[in-house]
Amino acid sequence: MGLESEIPVLTTTVEKMVQWARRSSIWPVTFGLACCAIEMMAMSCSRYDIARFGAEVFRGSPRQSDLMIVAGRLSRKMAPALRRVYDQMPEPKWVISMGACASIGGVFDNYALVQGVDQIVPVDVYVPGCPPRPESLIYGIVQLQRKIAQQKLS
Amino acid sequence: MDHDALLALLQQAVPGVQFESAPSVDGQPTVYVSRDDLPATAPSLRNAPDLAFTFLAELTAVDFWPQEPRFELVYILVSITHRLRLRLKVRLGADDARVSTLTGVWPAANWLEREVWDLFGIVFEGHPDPRRLLMPEDWEGYPLRKDYPVQIRMTPRSSEALQVTPEEFRASVENDRLARRD
Repeated sequence: MGLESEIPVLTTTVEKMVQWARRSSIWPVTFGLACCAIEMMAMSCSRYDIARFGAEVFRGSPRQSDLMIVAGRLSRKMAPALRRVYDQMPEPKWVISMGACASIGGVFDNYALVQGVDQIVPVDVYVPGCPPRPESLIYGIVQLQRKIAQQKLS
Repeated sequence: MDHDALLALLQQAVPGVQFESAPSVDGQPTVYVSRDDLPATAPSLRNAPDLAFTFLAELTAVDFWPQEPRFELVYILVSITHRLRLRLKVRLGADDARVSTLTGVWPAANWLEREVWDLFGIVFEGHPDPRRLLMPEDWEGYPLRKDYPVQIRMTPRSSEALQVTPEEFRASVENDRLARRD
């Protein structure tokens, strides 16, 4: 990147520019399932302020989102609804599995809960914790941004 | 009102029904009634002026597996006018866990009976809407039974994405356009 000139112009490839645009403006869908959602809300508010990393625009509609943060335990009855919300999101889209319950079922080792949302949707980043602190989730989003920055267009 | 006075009132309101008094730790009057007597007892408890148990506060069940009789239904009744609470219990056997519905007496019994059927598998005969309440509708088994495998492993279900062909999509758009023009 860059050109030896006094004209203020940057040169780059289309791929790099798209990667930069995608990772700098992640719009998560509002999908809080349990107590992890409280930490997710804290992360989006003024104290932790995910706006610093360009991912603060929580959308009420999956059709305007490109990230799903599965925040909390997923019951079997909820699983079809989660899949439907995921299917309604336009490509490209990513999923963060937040906390122990979403990732492996957590303490709820029983018939009512899905033991890991990766059985329902493809997960990009797992955030450990019960619940993860907002800093952990921010770290997860930064990891996702790194991943997006390396995704090839074709 | 103490336990014995209430029991006398119950006997007076529903003659011919055998009430079996039971001890309770919290002092709340508790009586057992047989399954066959329940349909006759419930309307009387509700309508007798001295009792007026107009409010079914809770209906739940207890599983005593492997003891027999296995199930106990617990109806908690409240009389708002007389400031009374009554715990009415019904014993049910494991191989014959069925009882007649009380939705006609207390409409609140509708969802409570659905919940008990959903989680304990106790059949409420004559229920107007016998569907599961909490578990998915195609669920097999009754999770709150003591012999239910709690840590059972099953593959989760998820719905397929809605598939629309281009022709269907165009027809739908055309329909919307026509509907707006009218």
